[in-house]
Amino acid sequence: MDLLNIQPATAEIFMALVALGLVLASAFIQPEAIAAKFVRRVTVATMLLAMWMCYHNGFMPSYAFNGQFFTSPFMVYMKVLILLGAVGILLMAKREFQGESIDRPELPLLILLSVLGMMLMVSANDLIVLYMGLELQSLPLYVIAAIRRESVRSSEAGLKYFLLGALSSGLLLYGASLLYGFTGHTSYDGIKLALENGIHPGAVIGMVFMISGLAFKISAAPFHMWTPDVYEGSPTIVTAFFAVVPKLAAMALFIRFTHGVLGDAVDSWQQVIVIIAILSMFIGAGGAIMQTDIKRLMAYSSIAHMGYALVGIASGISSGVSAVMVYMVIYVISSIGVFALILSLKRDGRAVTKIEDMAGMSRSHPVYALAMMVLMFSMAGIPPLGGFFGKWYVFSAAIASGQVALAVVGVLASVIGAFYYIRIVKVMYVDDETQPIDQDIPRSNTLIALTSAIMMTGLVFGLSFLRETVQATVPFVVFVAG
Amino acid sequence: MIAPFFFYLFAIMTVLSGLMVIISRNPVHSVLFLILSFFNSAGLFVLLGAEFLAMLLVVVYVGAVAVLFLFVVMMLDINIDEMRQGFKQHMPLGLVVGLVLIVELMLVFNHDVSHTNVLAVEVTETRSNTAMIGDVLYTNYLLNFQVAGLILLVAMIGAIALTMRHREGVKRQSISLQNSRRRDETIAVVSVESHVAPNILEDSRAANKKLQ
Repeated sequence: MDLLNIQPATAEIFMALVALGLVLASAFIQPEAIAAKFVRRVTVATMLLAMWMCYHNGFMPSYAFNGQFFTSPFMVYMKVLILLGAVGILLMAKREFQGESIDRPELPLLILLSVLGMMLMVSANDLIVLYMGLELQSLPLYVIAAIRRESVRSSEAGLKYFLLGALSSGLLLYGASLLYGFTGHTSYDGIKLALENGIHPGAVIGMVFMISGLAFKISAAPFHMWTPDVYEGSPTIVTAFFAVVPKLAAMALFIRFTHGVLGDAVDSWQQVIVIIAILSMFIGAGGAIMQTDIKRLMAYSSIAHMGYALVGIASGISSGVSAVMVYMVIYVISSIGVFALILSLKRDGRAVTKIEDMAGMSRSHPVYALAMMVLMFSMAGIPPLGGFFGKWYVFSAAIASGQVALAVVGVLASVIGAFYYIRIVKVMYVDDETQPIDQDIPRSNTLIALTSAIMMTGLVFGLSFLRETVQATVPFVVFVAG
Repeated sequence: MIAPFFFYLFAIMTVLSGLMVIISRNPVHSVLFLILSFFNSAGLFVLLGAEFLAMLLVVVYVGAVAVLFLFVVMMLDINIDEMRQGFKQHMPLGLVVGLVLIVELMLVFNHDVSHTNVLAVEVTETRSNTAMIGDVLYTNYLLNFQVAGLILLVAMIGAIALTMRHREGVKRQSISLQNSRRRDETIAVVSVESHVAPNILEDSRAANKKLQ
């Protein structure tokens, strides 16, 4: 392990340097609107370049920064997915930023720094780096939740997110300190080796605390309380970002932590994750039924989806990991599509987010309604759409590991969940229009929504390819000797 | 002989000033006593040979945190009598918590904690621990150090993004604009007819017209 081997981290270093440059640029470019446009474009370009760098560099499992940074095909897969999600959101952002009067250079800059934190989080090979990445990821999110200063809801969202996020960081740190105390290592490799020689009860307590902190970040029940309020209060484009990108990073970390670091201690954490998964699936499905606001509904929907993804992790076997990864790809694509549609719902130029506002869209916006229907059916898990296969894989992984009860409970929850997805379709296709929705919808949103709907429809053909790609990366979650 | 003397001096001063933090009537005095207790704790660290921690304590806690406290205390209008209410009521609970803490500390001291896997690094070098921390901070822990810097940058950007407002109608001085003014942009010569009472309004209008 060469001390100055920084080549595997090229993408991260590049992003950090660009972020520093953008801080300066946004201070000097006047007026603010031009600076905002500049920063937004450079951010998208940087992310695309970083994606290429990850792809280019990462296929050899390798360490950097004295073994604190690790990259392998699994990380490349997750990082490329994170960057794709962020680029997808930023492509829809132009009109949103301007329409919601949040068109400021800080917003894309903070998103860039947050994505950098996520990439560090995924690649961390040490508890300290893990925490650093996590904080670098979360701090910008608190700020962008509250970015619309004149709105009380937005400030409330930011404050709530900040306080509860700080609490979860505390839980995670406490767990990390216990794990360090009882294994004597902060590096993942060291912890893994120490746990092979026997698991002290103190280390188990540490694991549970760390899992709680991570569950908070993916908003899994019972650590989900912040999600609906934060999703509702933040500007919609920020909500879209929250629903997609941080979830991916935290899930990647979850996989790496449970199946990588604690891979030999499956019995110690399996029960906890089973409980979290069941609670998330039911609270997500039950909580969404009564919602009238589509952003709150998406919040509960994301809680439920995290529950399904955790089923795959709870299986404790490697086919579970690949199932979670497939699930996350499908979740990301369909969420971006749904948010592209939600972002297009405007009346007289003002955003509307009530479900009843979508009434009669099948007549006024037939293509949109169709895309939304496909995405909703996919999220509900109706075959042959993409969402069905995601659920199919996680549940079959649960059955393969002998947890039939978990799979049965999951199927029940997804039946309950199907109700509210289908309700949206019913509102669009059956109910009568009350007030018309604006006709002009930005082309980028249309394009993203349609792409996502088509991918969900056609996924059945690309499924074997996706599955093979994912399975090839799974061995690299765990450490490669060296 | 001299070390125990300083130990007891610093220790007693720390405890006493800690006590004064909670019993002094004026919150500003409380913060000042807090600073005193920080300084004495720094002295204790020096006695332990941890001069880097001592410096950090002074720089971070006295230099930043305590000054921040002082600002907050001075800016907020705190009614001290209101805050004192319930002091007696909550006293038993506080005593119980304190007792639990003391018992725990005694247990830790009596119990041999060296059976855990965590080992103290033996110091064989004669260098100061500041130099030794510097050695690893910029090499082994470079990544953490840099990311910590980025986190602080985010905090700064966030604080500015959430609080800075460009107010409309505020008159600001722009020195470069002032320096680059030319004579013919600012002064206009208007010929005023003699023997006639000057019409100030008309003249100024004419001057403005010329300038435009």
